[in-house]
Amino acid sequence: MAQSLRENLQTVADPMHLQSSVEEVFETMLGVRCEMVPCSGVASAETITSVVGFGGMLTGACVFRSDGGTALAIAERLTGMGFTEMDDTVKDAIGEICNMLAGAWKGKVPDLSANCGLSIPAVITGRDYNIHVQAPEFRLHQCYRFDGSGFEVTIICDGLQ
Amino acid sequence: MSEIRVLIVDDSSVMRKIVERALRQAGLEPLVVLEAGSGVEGLDALRAGSVQLILSDINMPSMDGLEFLRQLRAQNLADGVPVVMITTESSEEHVRQAIQAGAQGYIRKPFTAEQVKERVLPLLAA
Repeated sequence: MAQSLRENLQTVADPMHLQSSVEEVFETMLGVRCEMVPCSGVASAETITSVVGFGGMLTGACVFRSDGGTALAIAERLTGMGFTEMDDTVKDAIGEICNMLAGAWKGKVPDLSANCGLSIPAVITGRDYNIHVQAPEFRLHQCYRFDGSGFEVTIICDGLQ
Repeated sequence: MSEIRVLIVDDSSVMRKIVERALRQAGLEPLVVLEAGSGVEGLDALRAGSVQLILSDINMPSMDGLEFLRQLRAQNLADGVPVVMITTESSEEHVRQAIQAGAQGYIRKPFTAEQVKERVLPLLAA
């Protein structure tokens, strides 16, 4: 059992853990290699966001965000099915991707893996919205591209024991 | 060849399809898949008919996978049927809880079809 995750903040907040989690999930489940790119925002009018909450010794969330086209591409690769609109199956697929990213990320630090639970994914679709967390302990934000599609992954920690 | 009846319990319909695809890639044919979106639905499915293998997620609404496992063992709904947990939770504590509740195997998401094959086939052969 961890005495304190805060004492290991540098390890917990290591950006490499998020990067390797993204690579692991996308290579294993979608068979694609992601390239980390500078973040420039999701330009598309309609975006999809999935949020998986962390609870326990670390509280916060893993947030996945992409435009609609990327969501369809991910769902197609994940399921082997074709999609023309962001239906419930596409939303479910994006929720699962976020769930696996959150699980893989917390699995990188054994004390975090053992003492931090995951919520069921929540999925938000719409236009021109932002997710705001006041005074987070730390925030990791990375952007990726694969096959011409782009997405963002953010880890927000708002409480650490 | 007689059919292989498998129950897949996961609140994500996408994940249920991915697991089914992995089982077919592992050579489990002819395969009959029963699907359940929660532990409660999983128990209902087992009351309705027998299966030879159960694969279950852990994090699910209304009844999670560990409680589903405890309930099916307590109610003798699947005596001798192997249960494999497929989940994002990978800590030793989660594995210990799953084994204690009666699971025979544990697969961490993300997973490959090959990993599913390695964990599942020996259980069906036993």
